[in-house]
Amino acid sequence: MNKARDNILARLRARSTEIPPVELDRGFRSPDWNRQQRIELFCKAMTSVRTEIHRVRASDWADRLAQLVKERKLNNLLYAPNGPLARQIEAAWRNGEALPELVSRTAELDEWKEELFFGIDAAITSTRGGIAEVGALILWPTPQEPRSFSLVPPIHIAVVKADQLHNTFADAIADENWQAGMPTNAVLISGPSKSADIEQTLAYGVHGPVELIVLLIE
Amino acid sequence: MTQKAEFDQRVKQALDNPQLRRNFRVTMDGLMEKRDKAFPDKAFLEELRTIGANIRANALARQPELLEQLEANCTRNGIQVHWAETIEQANRIVLDIMERHHATRMIKGKSMVSEEMQMNHFLEAKGKSCVESDLGEYIIQLDNEAPSHIIAPAIHKSKQEVARLFKAKHPDIPYSEDIDTLTRSARQILRRKFHDAEIGLSGVNFAVAETGTLCLVENEGNGRLCTTVPPVHIAVTGIEKVVEKLADVPPLLKLLTRSATGQHITTYFNMISSPRKPGERDGPKEVHLVLLDNQRSRIYGDSELFDSLRCIRCGACMNHCPVYTRIGGHAYGPPIPGPIGSVIEPQKFGLENFGVLATASTLCGACGEACPVRIPLPKLLHRLRYEQVREDRTGATIGQGSQRSGKEALIWKLWSWIHATPLVYRSATRLASLFRNRIPNRIGPWSQVRTTPRIAPKSLHQLAREEGFKHE
Amino acid sequence: MSLTKQYPGKPEKVYFFGTCLIDLLYPQAGLAGMQLIRREGVQVIFPQDQTCCGQPAWNAGYREQAEAVVLNQIRCFPEEYPVVVPSGSCAGMLRNQYPELFRDKPEAQQVERFSKRIFELTEFLVHVLKIELKDLGQPTKVALHASCSARREMDVAGEHEALLQQLENVQLVEQVRKAECCGFGGTFAVKHPDISAAMVADKAQAITDTGADQLVSGDCGCLMNITGHMEHQGVGPKGQHIASFLWERTHDPKS
Repeated sequence: MNKARDNILARLRARSTEIPPVELDRGFRSPDWNRQQRIELFCKAMTSVRTEIHRVRASDWADRLAQLVKERKLNNLLYAPNGPLARQIEAAWRNGEALPELVSRTAELDEWKEELFFGIDAAITSTRGGIAEVGALILWPTPQEPRSFSLVPPIHIAVVKADQLHNTFADAIADENWQAGMPTNAVLISGPSKSADIEQTLAYGVHGPVELIVLLIE
Repeated sequence: MTQKAEFDQRVKQALDNPQLRRNFRVTMDGLMEKRDKAFPDKAFLEELRTIGANIRANALARQPELLEQLEANCTRNGIQVHWAETIEQANRIVLDIMERHHATRMIKGKSMVSEEMQMNHFLEAKGKSCVESDLGEYIIQLDNEAPSHIIAPAIHKSKQEVARLFKAKHPDIPYSEDIDTLTRSARQILRRKFHDAEIGLSGVNFAVAETGTLCLVENEGNGRLCTTVPPVHIAVTGIEKVVEKLADVPPLLKLLTRSATGQHITTYFNMISSPRKPGERDGPKEVHLVLLDNQRSRIYGDSELFDSLRCIRCGACMNHCPVYTRIGGHAYGPPIPGPIGSVIEPQKFGLENFGVLATASTLCGACGEACPVRIPLPKLLHRLRYEQVREDRTGATIGQGSQRSGKEALIWKLWSWIHATPLVYRSATRLASLFRNRIPNRIGPWSQVRTTPRIAPKSLHQLAREEGFKHE
Repeated sequence: MSLTKQYPGKPEKVYFFGTCLIDLLYPQAGLAGMQLIRREGVQVIFPQDQTCCGQPAWNAGYREQAEAVVLNQIRCFPEEYPVVVPSGSCAGMLRNQYPELFRDKPEAQQVERFSKRIFELTEFLVHVLKIELKDLGQPTKVALHASCSARREMDVAGEHEALLQQLENVQLVEQVRKAECCGFGGTFAVKHPDISAAMVADKAQAITDTGADQLVSGDCGCLMNITGHMEHQGVGPKGQHIASFLWERTHDPKS
């Protein structure tokens, strides 16, 4: 199809030389928010789209997690046994009683797709941070925590560190120099899956997780 | 039948359907209100619109080099890039990929370009199954319809209609008019389809040249599923969707979601930069990007109409359009309705087929005022009105001059002569005043819903003289 | 309301461009506009060779036919006086569309100079004449329909309102969706009568629902459409051009 490519580019080039360049100011101003303001904004925005937020400490978030999944009477919880959260989750499970089964799968998705789609109640992942202005999580999935963890099970539980909240999306990109190397897949998540396709009425849990639970470590 | 007669027929059908009228009115009122609330600070809105317009204008100004950069970076990342001049070529590319994988099952995320390609139609004729997974698209696919709005494709249907449709197509599911229940039913039905699909198809909201990243804006998670679960992901997009830098994305995203649904951000914003890498445990093993031209490079050649390529497909122009609100999306005909559709679709599919759409506007300006990237929509509609009746046919728009009729041209020539010749004009108005009572009190369709305007006994020209106003 | 625009001081003389619709159907509105300006001590000149701004042909896509008409209008207003237009739609044509029409033509500069002299009537009354109105009328409830050109193209809906608000016995009421088009759109109403009818029915309903005694607009195209519909249906208040309304309420016939 190189002919198509050449034809298209030739047609565009026939004119693009005459178009004056556009003066573009990319110096977008970042709001002047402190850590506490970022936390409040983040929680407010995420809660407004039906995300459940729990403000926790670095020392006890896993206990809160255990309590939450127990209350929900889940059968199981998918986690990454070699991921950044594993040690604390496993410790909490060792101490806890009558907790849902911890599920760890390290094979490629293709080998346990049926189970992931129809047998897992919830999954927990870490995040790369969050965006205060609009209330969104930033996830750059890894081999340890694949992207389907935060996508397929009906409940997604995410752990965010308050220190990793950015003011805006533009700040996240600029501060971390994303353009130097994007991952296979990066995703911003602001709440549980939803649709307003019928009569513009919001309905939750259409394809992605029905619930999004955030543990915010302050 | 002429395109005008066909359009009139579709319009009549819509206007005569009170349910449809109500659905559009209520939805458009809601969407306008949501957008308004999403931009409480109007000065900020205007600033952001300027930034958005400039980002898009910059990307267009440098489009050929950015497309090459996008291709180079995607290729480096492992995304296979395909170019298609026509929708036939684009469909063929998609089919070839499916056949190479012996695939028959495609799950689709929302893509207006695939609507433009009539991809489902094409692939189904080749024995492939294409399942729409966006809830709205799924509903209209069940009813064998086209989208009536670019972001709310099934908005013409009431929940009762959706409930009856679900019952008819899935008799095993209990009848319900509850929107949550209907939504959960769709989740159940489509879950298996995601699981089984061999090909995932999506559109693209922004393609970032700098990093070779494909951005996808969505709320349902079906976009994520389509681009994560099946072993092969095909993204189709128009060539105009390229932007220069990753830093260009946040302002555009902000404008897009707030203008479309009043959301500060959608539930998911996907940035896809490569297929599954060694060691990664999920994600498609192949990612393909199909770049479709279909007349875009021709539109690009016109220094004025070119502005229509800035569009980021938010739908705000249709939400704010009083004509769209009355007739809905299907009356327009082509995949994209509303003001932006009336500008770009006749340029893609020819003025000889859809030129009438440019006349179906009062030029009230609500669309141009709402457009987040400042596309001068009324001006472009105006330009297409000229293109379709112009005599010289020296421009590049398809179907130029095709709507010129001898009779209409003669009327305007006569009109022009009267109004360019003061003496003739004054005589004509004097005659009209003299015979004002002889003028029939019904003048065509105007008088079916309105009284006929009465000519005054004395013109302003005459009154001004009598009241002593000087004439020079 | 255009707060950022620069306005000249009060001139000695102005031209008045009456518009073809007013000339033929609503001459009293034009006359009222001229009387309002004259009362402020400004001489009003009405060139007898003026006809129509050319908008009908321009909007229908017949640009060459519009050009001839436009050049005739420009010839009518040779001196550097302001040109006042009692219509947002025609004023928009004269001010914004003329330069567009002649963009790449030899007359471009001349046209642009002319267009800079154009003022919509209410904008002229408020910003240039800084008019102060004394209401002599009975208490009344008024609904305003600012045309789309007045609102968006000329940005003078605020000036319409400001003038009405100067009248102490006038209560301004607001109809739902007040910024929505009435469905006139010139040739649109002729080419797409069914859509136009649906739009005007909604607009008439919204205005009727306010319980206003009177509808006021700065554009006779909208008035002809909306009041024509309301008369036909036998509902709603009567309509009047804003110039007539202002003149009638502030003019003492004995003086």
